[in-house]
Amino acid sequence: MIEVRDVYFTYPNGVEALKGVFLTIKNGEFVAIMGENGAGKTTLVKHFNGLLKPTSGSVFVDGVDTGKVSVATLARKVGFVFQNPDHQLFSETVEEEIAFALKNFGFKETIIKRRVTWALNLLGLAQYRKTSPFMLSGGERKRVALASVLAWNPKILILDEPTIGQDYQQKEKLRQFILQMKTQRKTVIIVTHDVEFVAECNPRVMLMREGRIVADGEARKVLTNPEILTEASIVPPQIAQIFIQLSDLGLPKDVIDVYEAREILLNVLERQAK
Amino acid sequence: MTIIEAKNLTYTYPGVTKPSIIDVSIKIAKGEFVLITGPSGCGKTTLCRCFNGLIPHFYQGELKGEITVAGLKVVETPIHKLATHVGLVFQNPENQLFALSVEKDVAFGLENFGVAREEMRKRVDWALKLTGMWDLRERAPHELSGGQQQRVAIASVLAMQPEVIVLDEPTSFLDPLGAKKIFEVIYELNRKLGITIVLVEHRLDLTSKYTDHIVVMDEGKVVLDGEPREILSSEEARLIGVGIPKATRLYQILQKDGKIKLGNTIPLCSNEMAFMLREVLKS
Repeated sequence: MIEVRDVYFTYPNGVEALKGVFLTIKNGEFVAIMGENGAGKTTLVKHFNGLLKPTSGSVFVDGVDTGKVSVATLARKVGFVFQNPDHQLFSETVEEEIAFALKNFGFKETIIKRRVTWALNLLGLAQYRKTSPFMLSGGERKRVALASVLAWNPKILILDEPTIGQDYQQKEKLRQFILQMKTQRKTVIIVTHDVEFVAECNPRVMLMREGRIVADGEARKVLTNPEILTEASIVPPQIAQIFIQLSDLGLPKDVIDVYEAREILLNVLERQAK
Repeated sequence: MTIIEAKNLTYTYPGVTKPSIIDVSIKIAKGEFVLITGPSGCGKTTLCRCFNGLIPHFYQGELKGEITVAGLKVVETPIHKLATHVGLVFQNPENQLFALSVEKDVAFGLENFGVAREEMRKRVDWALKLTGMWDLRERAPHELSGGQQQRVAIASVLAMQPEVIVLDEPTSFLDPLGAKKIFEVIYELNRKLGITIVLVEHRLDLTSKYTDHIVVMDEGKVVLDGEPREILSSEEARLIGVGIPKATRLYQILQKDGKIKLGNTIPLCSNEMAFMLREVLKS
């Protein structure tokens, strides 16, 4: 469980990035943090693994005050995948990159082998085992970064913009994987601008604006509220845009899923036919 | 008039055995807005690097076939000469920003080409205002957020006013409204100034309505090449894993059901789909 109590954070250059954030994320929750560039999303999640410590207020991860323990202690529990994979990749081969943290955590060689293979297969990277991460495409490097964190099986997983550079099939795999994490009672927190991806997953959505959380609820509610979305620089998902435009014809506004949209339209037309 | 033409282009990076692009032949007409898409690792970025000579001049490796940009043979033309015709905005803005202030970064290319001071000032200001970076012009690029850096990178290329702008996922770090604004700016440059745009994107929901021409790549090859509505409605595009916009997808699903009679023009955005549904629901 993650608890954030009245957290303020000011960077050394004086920029106040968080201005009184309160939130609780329970085990097994899937949360998407959204909002405009510079709203404080990445700053907030960096508090969840202790990379940043609050200027005032406090953050507890499973009851432990992050201000009182090192990042290294928290890392085993909280895995963090950065927005820009180049900030975390450095090994000569993809395989070594994924094995690196496992070695540091002191896993046995046989387990490391098994875990690396598992992560490579999961993210469709098996053919790059011996390749340098820097020879890969942007989207592939992103998956290497994700694989290297998944390999140690953290209880809480933070993904900063996981869908950047990913094609539709990769996103679908990511979605399936997150759902699987959920059934294992793992917590997944994503920071994202990808409204269509969020619409397909329907997680809990927190909208941030100017260092504060301005909306918190189910995706289908938050992503279909045009006023609050505009404030947070988010455009509603396409299906929501269609239904918002048609709401004067008596259609519901809170629709984000394409198959649900089809059911509703068929029902309405059937009723009209009678 | 053709501005970019590739004929049987095959390229292999140094130290690798498998080519990254294989037998690519495409034609891009002057003034077109072209979208290149396809699964990650399919060779989109590699192809773009051929357009401004980074391949083969910087990356070396083995290039076979022919590539002509603005009438110049890329293999025989140095990068600095190609740069006056083709501007490239990278996927990762950090790879192209280095100056101490945003303004200096945007002016850098112009300084190198010896553009007069007055003209330089005018173009830098214009590019900064178009991309919404005017207020931050004195900040250091490395202190900015990913999205803001992306805008600076776009501004630096804009300031050069090239005939072709190649953008490799230029809004991947931007929030949706910010991305929309950038795409609108790019579209305006295309329509008003006639600049040819080559955009690499996965997110067709945000971009397909602007394009005249879509190229789909898969495993290094061009597999689909044509008009957006045709490509997006093809079963092949979906099977390759092209992210069909949800409005288009809803249309396809309803057409397949056959229970609702919709028009024959495939919608590319939510407005078009909403308009179509309104007609059906009202009648």
